[in-house]
Amino acid sequence: MTHTTPAAAKTSYREAVRLALCEAMRADPRVFLMGEDVGRYGGCYAVSKGMLDEFGPERVRDTPLSESAFVGAGIGAALGGMRPVVEIMTVNFSLLALDQIVNNAATLLHMSGGQCNVPLVIRMATGAGRQLAAQHSHSLECWYAHVPGLRVMAPATVADARGMLGTALRQPDPVVIFEHVMLYAVEEDLPASAGAVDIDHAAVRRKGRDVSLITYGGSLPKVMAAAATLAAEGIEAEVLDLRTLRPLDDEAIVATVRRTRRAVVVDEGWRSVGLAAEVSARIVEQAFFDLDAPIRRVCSAEVPIPYARHLEQAALPQAETIAAAARELVAPHG
Amino acid sequence: MSPLAGAEILDRERALRLLREMLRIRRFEEKCAELYQATKIRGFLHLYIGEEAVAAGAMPALRPEDAVFATYREHGHALARGVGMGPVMAEMYGKLQGCSRGRGGSMHLFDARARFYGGSAIVGGALPMATGLALAQKMQARAEVTACFFGEGAVAEGEFHESMNLAALWRLPVLFFCENNLYAMGTALERSESQTDLAAKARSYDVPAESVDGMDVLAVEAAAQAAADAARGGGGPQFLEFKTYRLRAHSMFDPELYRPKAEVEGWKQREPVATFLARLQRQSWWSTALLGDLEREIGAEIEAAVQFAEQGTWEPASELANFVYSPGQR
Repeated sequence: MTHTTPAAAKTSYREAVRLALCEAMRADPRVFLMGEDVGRYGGCYAVSKGMLDEFGPERVRDTPLSESAFVGAGIGAALGGMRPVVEIMTVNFSLLALDQIVNNAATLLHMSGGQCNVPLVIRMATGAGRQLAAQHSHSLECWYAHVPGLRVMAPATVADARGMLGTALRQPDPVVIFEHVMLYAVEEDLPASAGAVDIDHAAVRRKGRDVSLITYGGSLPKVMAAAATLAAEGIEAEVLDLRTLRPLDDEAIVATVRRTRRAVVVDEGWRSVGLAAEVSARIVEQAFFDLDAPIRRVCSAEVPIPYARHLEQAALPQAETIAAAARELVAPHG
Repeated sequence: MSPLAGAEILDRERALRLLREMLRIRRFEEKCAELYQATKIRGFLHLYIGEEAVAAGAMPALRPEDAVFATYREHGHALARGVGMGPVMAEMYGKLQGCSRGRGGSMHLFDARARFYGGSAIVGGALPMATGLALAQKMQARAEVTACFFGEGAVAEGEFHESMNLAALWRLPVLFFCENNLYAMGTALERSESQTDLAAKARSYDVPAESVDGMDVLAVEAAAQAAADAARGGGGPQFLEFKTYRLRAHSMFDPELYRPKAEVEGWKQREPVATFLARLQRQSWWSTALLGDLEREIGAEIEAAVQFAEQGTWEPASELANFVYSPGQR
């Protein structure tokens, strides 16, 4: 991964989001960024660092600590003809804006009989792994993926971090983008030509014939590591990155299960009533007779995420636990 | 009413326009209550009767390009803003020809062409959106304002605090029009607010604020016009408290155990249509025939609206999933 050609540059996930934001703001004067500490501070995760200098305080807009007001203001600004990108520092704070997102952004188009669409993009950091303890380590993607009217994305690669935002801004309806905190520093080669990407389809990140590992967001690197371990043991895992969590790409989910006949669903969210449950149910509904083994889920332990590093790591899906789940499915037949 | 009311001279056209708007709302809602009993209208139905002077008086301060957000008690605001009475009635019937295609009902009247961004059932929920729409107006350097009507119950919500602060901080052209009818459903203001002087509370955000007799349509009109002028002129958000009273129950399911009958009777003496009529009767140009004409005209409009709703069609259930996302999206 260290090879760099003139056409591609090593780029971090954080830089990729910034590139996408800057490109969108240069291309469209209606686009602006607002959120807590996005301006002078440069963003809690340094995503918007330097943007204030180029775009000024009107378009890189620091807000008070008023999640409900500035998310609601994003909805209003979208109704008023702007294309706001609202950054919520982390998913836990988004709960303070849940009213605006669920009661307004997601309902206005339908409730108005098609008159009031809300072209709003909400970005937020999600996930655990930085020893930030229970409140700052949630993975609540499934809460948003539950709600009709929202589109929910979880870019897991640098190319998707670069490309999904531009596509999201072209949507006429609200989009929620989850950026996993453990991905911000990940660096990958990004072609200079990289731009908007398709957001309708899941992506096979690794081809395999023995078992499907289905995941999204911050769990993708762990799943790829698990697949590499399994490959060394002679088990060829296929890795499906869901990318978009609402709507789910049923076709891709069913297709990978049909190829491998076994599925492990990996989700940093809690197991109960979560995304892994939803993906499993869809497999059962649509590909039950293609399965050679029960579906397995690898999720976070059902505890508030603890601070101590060893406890935190014990609570999260890990490459080893993912590989172990896959092995169990393959072993009886292998 | 001013002590000089007997001597005041009112412009005939303007006064009749205000009377007409209040009467339209009053008679429309009386018909709604009737249709509710007849089970033509279902769900929640919140009547505005007693508060008509606020919508009728405030709306003329707005221009067609301005934006309006309202509450779940918003029939009056929709009608005064120019949403057609037929589509409003058809909406209550749940018909396809309703102003929200039957998907919103009484609490969610929308009309994008009238820049009427709906009734909202979440108390205080529209305040952040109104603030954001005003942000769009300001960022696009449009000489527009956004009016947000809400009840005094919303003042207890965090979204009131957050929105007032944000609008003032960014000097956005929002008109915060607070309809203080004294009760948040059944909870009296003094049982829910430590500071019952709502204008004082608004001033603490550095927002210019006035308290206005919301039963006096002329007082409402003057205050709203001044507020709109100030906001349009770059003066930032403005707050008006309209002191008013809901003469009917909170909704059709409310036995009204929380307020004394004598209080309701007292406010009936001040109800805005009758008190305004009393002032008009002192005008040299007044004749009772004017009222008769208005009532006939409004009666015909309501009858036509009911006909429109009755003749409306039901949207096929096969179209249920439309408008969850924009056309072409999923």
